Amino acid sequence: MNKHIEIKVCTGTGGIAAGGLEVLERFQTCIEQAGLKAKTLTGCLTHRVGCRGLCARDVLVDVIIDDQKFTYQYIKPDMVERIVEEHIINGNPVSEWLVTEDYLSFYNKQQKVVLAMCGEIDPEDIESYISHQGYRAIEKVIKGMSPEEVIDEIKRSGLRGRGGAGFPTGLKWEMARNAPGDEKYIICNADEGDPGAFMDRAVIEGNPHAVIEGMLIGGYAIGAKRGYVYIRAEYPLAVERLKKAIEQARHKGYLGERIFGTDFGFDIKIKLGAGAFVCGEETALIASIEGKRGMPRAKPPFPVQKGLFGKPTVINNVETLANIPSIIIKGADWFASFGTEKSKGTKIFALTGKVKNTGLIEVPLGITLREIIYEIGGGIEGDRRLKAVQTGGPSGGCIPASMIDIPVDYESLARAGSIMGSGGMIILDETDCMVNVAKYFLQFTQSESCGKCVPCRIGTKRLLEILERITSGRGKEEDLKKLEKLSNDIKASSLCGLGQTAPNPVLSTLQYFRDEYEAHIFEKRCPAGVCRDLLTYTILEEFCKGCGMCLKVCPSGAIIGEKKKPHKIIPEVCIKCGACFEVCKFKAIKRG
Amino acid sequence: MIKVKIDGKEYRVKPGITILQVARENDIYIPTLCDDPRLEPYGGCRLCIVQIKGMPRPVTACTTPVTDGMEITTTNEYIEGLRKTIVELILSDHPNDCMVCEKAGDCSLQELAYFYGIRTNPYYGERRRYTTKDNNPFIERDMEKCILCGKCVRVCSEVQGVGAIEIAYRGFTAKVTPPFEKDLNCEFCGQCVSICPTGALMGKSSLGKGRQKDVKKIETVCPYCGCGCNMTLHVLRNEVIRVSSRPDNFHEGWLCVKGRFGFEFINSPDRLKRPLIRVKPRDKNSKELPVPDLNDFREASWDEALDLIANKLREIKDKYGPDAIAGLSSARCTNEENYIFQKFFRAVIGTNNIDHCARY
Repeated sequence: MNKHIEIKVCTGTGGIAAGGLEVLERFQTCIEQAGLKAKTLTGCLTHRVGCRGLCARDVLVDVIIDDQKFTYQYIKPDMVERIVEEHIINGNPVSEWLVTEDYLSFYNKQQKVVLAMCGEIDPEDIESYISHQGYRAIEKVIKGMSPEEVIDEIKRSGLRGRGGAGFPTGLKWEMARNAPGDEKYIICNADEGDPGAFMDRAVIEGNPHAVIEGMLIGGYAIGAKRGYVYIRAEYPLAVERLKKAIEQARHKGYLGERIFGTDFGFDIKIKLGAGAFVCGEETALIASIEGKRGMPRAKPPFPVQKGLFGKPTVINNVETLANIPSIIIKGADWFASFGTEKSKGTKIFALTGKVKNTGLIEVPLGITLREIIYEIGGGIEGDRRLKAVQTGGPSGGCIPASMIDIPVDYESLARAGSIMGSGGMIILDETDCMVNVAKYFLQFTQSESCGKCVPCRIGTKRLLEILERITSGRGKEEDLKKLEKLSNDIKASSLCGLGQTAPNPVLSTLQYFRDEYEAHIFEKRCPAGVCRDLLTYTILEEFCKGCGMCLKVCPSGAIIGEKKKPHKIIPEVCIKCGACFEVCKFKAIKRG
Repeated sequence: MIKVKIDGKEYRVKPGITILQVARENDIYIPTLCDDPRLEPYGGCRLCIVQIKGMPRPVTACTTPVTDGMEITTTNEYIEGLRKTIVELILSDHPNDCMVCEKAGDCSLQELAYFYGIRTNPYYGERRRYTTKDNNPFIERDMEKCILCGKCVRVCSEVQGVGAIEIAYRGFTAKVTPPFEKDLNCEFCGQCVSICPTGALMGKSSLGKGRQKDVKKIETVCPYCGCGCNMTLHVLRNEVIRVSSRPDNFHEGWLCVKGRFGFEFINSPDRLKRPLIRVKPRDKNSKELPVPDLNDFREASWDEALDLIANKLREIKDKYGPDAIAGLSSARCTNEENYIFQKFFRAVIGTNNIDHCARY
């Protein structure tokens, strides 16, 4: 027996939640008990690895025997013994637990650049990263490139900021390099706050060294000796792995003084954010690091001119920085071969909502929404009808189903009334009420507004109140006009990106789904059957078998009827909770 | 000097100053609520938004420095529309109880509501309600009237260097507050009161004493110390009801707790207004410190009192020599008064026994 066996267990936040650590531990004990280590000459290795995207199928486990890889899905600790016995010892993979066809179709259309090593390497072991060409890029840069050449390479690659606005990264670096002053900073923005977005978390949890290396290269290019990672305290695992990675990099001499024996020195400090969404805005982020209340200030001066502690500062998103090492190693042309003319490379999205395969995806820019939803995402849950795609989180908009053939790039999404954003992508189907969606995002932006400027602080509150009125059936005709005017005024007059984009969910739904607003206002009806105050539940006599299930489950005693005879709902008593609707097996309850 | 065009007219201005500064220097009206030339620009109220040719969205005049060839529009229908919306939004979260507000007639928000003719408001909605009262001795804080312009927070940290208050919470519930929402416990310099554009911050000693109408403003110098801060007494029916200070004076209008709030002594019945001469001699054998008793004294004229002092000084000097006399001067005197006092001791009395309370 001269086999090389490797077992990789997903221990991203999703993997751990599904029991990844227990699975890993069980593998280790089973292997020990079976005495596999002694039997195999080259060893039997178990690795924890980062998120590989399809979190819905966790715990995902790779079993690799002599380069032959089998992936298992939905693995629980008690399934491990059988895998070890049948597959590893006897060489017969447990076929019913292996991933199915659709797992592969989830990956086929993807292009992994940033996430290439997530799921492959052990994020807590620097050697694992180094064995995959880790820290080769910074070596190449320090030993053979001038800062200007580095900036040129990044400029040529066409990389644009992945935090949302899409500012060309090379240009930002060049501006900071040219800004006068001998003290400069580079900040990694890991204050990922969009609801449902977890791109940056996955990158840091799965491959923290790529971010560190990206910062090193950026620091070298702009002339910074110190970097900060501003990361949310709500990401404990990412923080822990990043801390470990920084410690290991220091130990190995990749961080600190005289890196690779040159005069270049660089170190990184972690700064924990306390959960304010607005601190993702760069000037607010800077204020927060400086120990002030996280509130944005007017630009200019831009951070590249006057940033952290008044010094020229570059702020890059996690994903942007994680792209840098590959660009340096594989070259700008390789990177620019992905994507469209103006949007190069790949983008990570957190695909969520009513799509069959939810999870983390990385796609070449320029891919259509249709490909993402129907090929990667596997279509809509329950094969219902797609209604819209929400991109860009609270700052983004809703793109209607009729437009899903537009390419996903910065310009096209903006033209459609949305934005690329940091990578949130929520798929909405016919059971989603667009007015309610707009209300949800307004609730978020309103409670996350810093309160500094009037249009954002009070304006979004008033927008939210109008939406609440509409969804509760108290909307008036003039509300539509008011929504539009107030939205446009807030966009025009707010201080920072948060306020300037907060009305986008309202404006884009008004543009494409005005009929839903009108149905709420004029007909007092929610077409999707979501807005509770507008719902009525009735029992269709012809379908009701009188089984009494609804009567039992109704919490307010609103249902009456004798056994085996059609039941009735008393509208005055009904609290519209929908419990009867859920429980009825005969589809005899109508919601509308 | 660079050239900028404002509303079609050309101006030659210093580079680096803001659009708002240029406008102020040239008497061009741009409304603001959160700007004060003595503080760092803030850009919070958004009222000073202007349009710049070539820029996609309006910018705030208070934070944007002028650049050569900049073409600025400070007013047109679009900008005024945005400004009106902003004022309407502020008023939609304001008590609007101007009839009983201390600040009426002196309120920047009231002024703007008047300017934009806001009679009805399309944005009525929930209003912040705060019921707990701040029990500090000097400053009345009515946070329902606060428009979060941040001036008080900034003056406290930028000018006074105290940082007793900060904005807490987020979104609609954002609120200026001392730490942990406790009662204000600071130096009570009242800089925040002087700079508040609305009735959110008022001096407690002025409450209910009268508003701006019929107030006589009298310029004077603060009597409390040798700094000689300029102050303006607001006098109504021969009573000082409030003290302010003009931003254009040498100390930029900043006062301290004594100058700003310590004016109640003026009409106090305990105040001494004439010299008193002791009639009942002090018990020289008593080891206890004497407790002043007004019955031990009688009122006198200044001439009589000064004569008495001069005679006593001469007597002591003749009998025991000039070094038996010592003078202690007060920080409440001006520099000039202190100078004269020491001169008097050295040249007239003939002793160097002269000192000042600020040394102790």
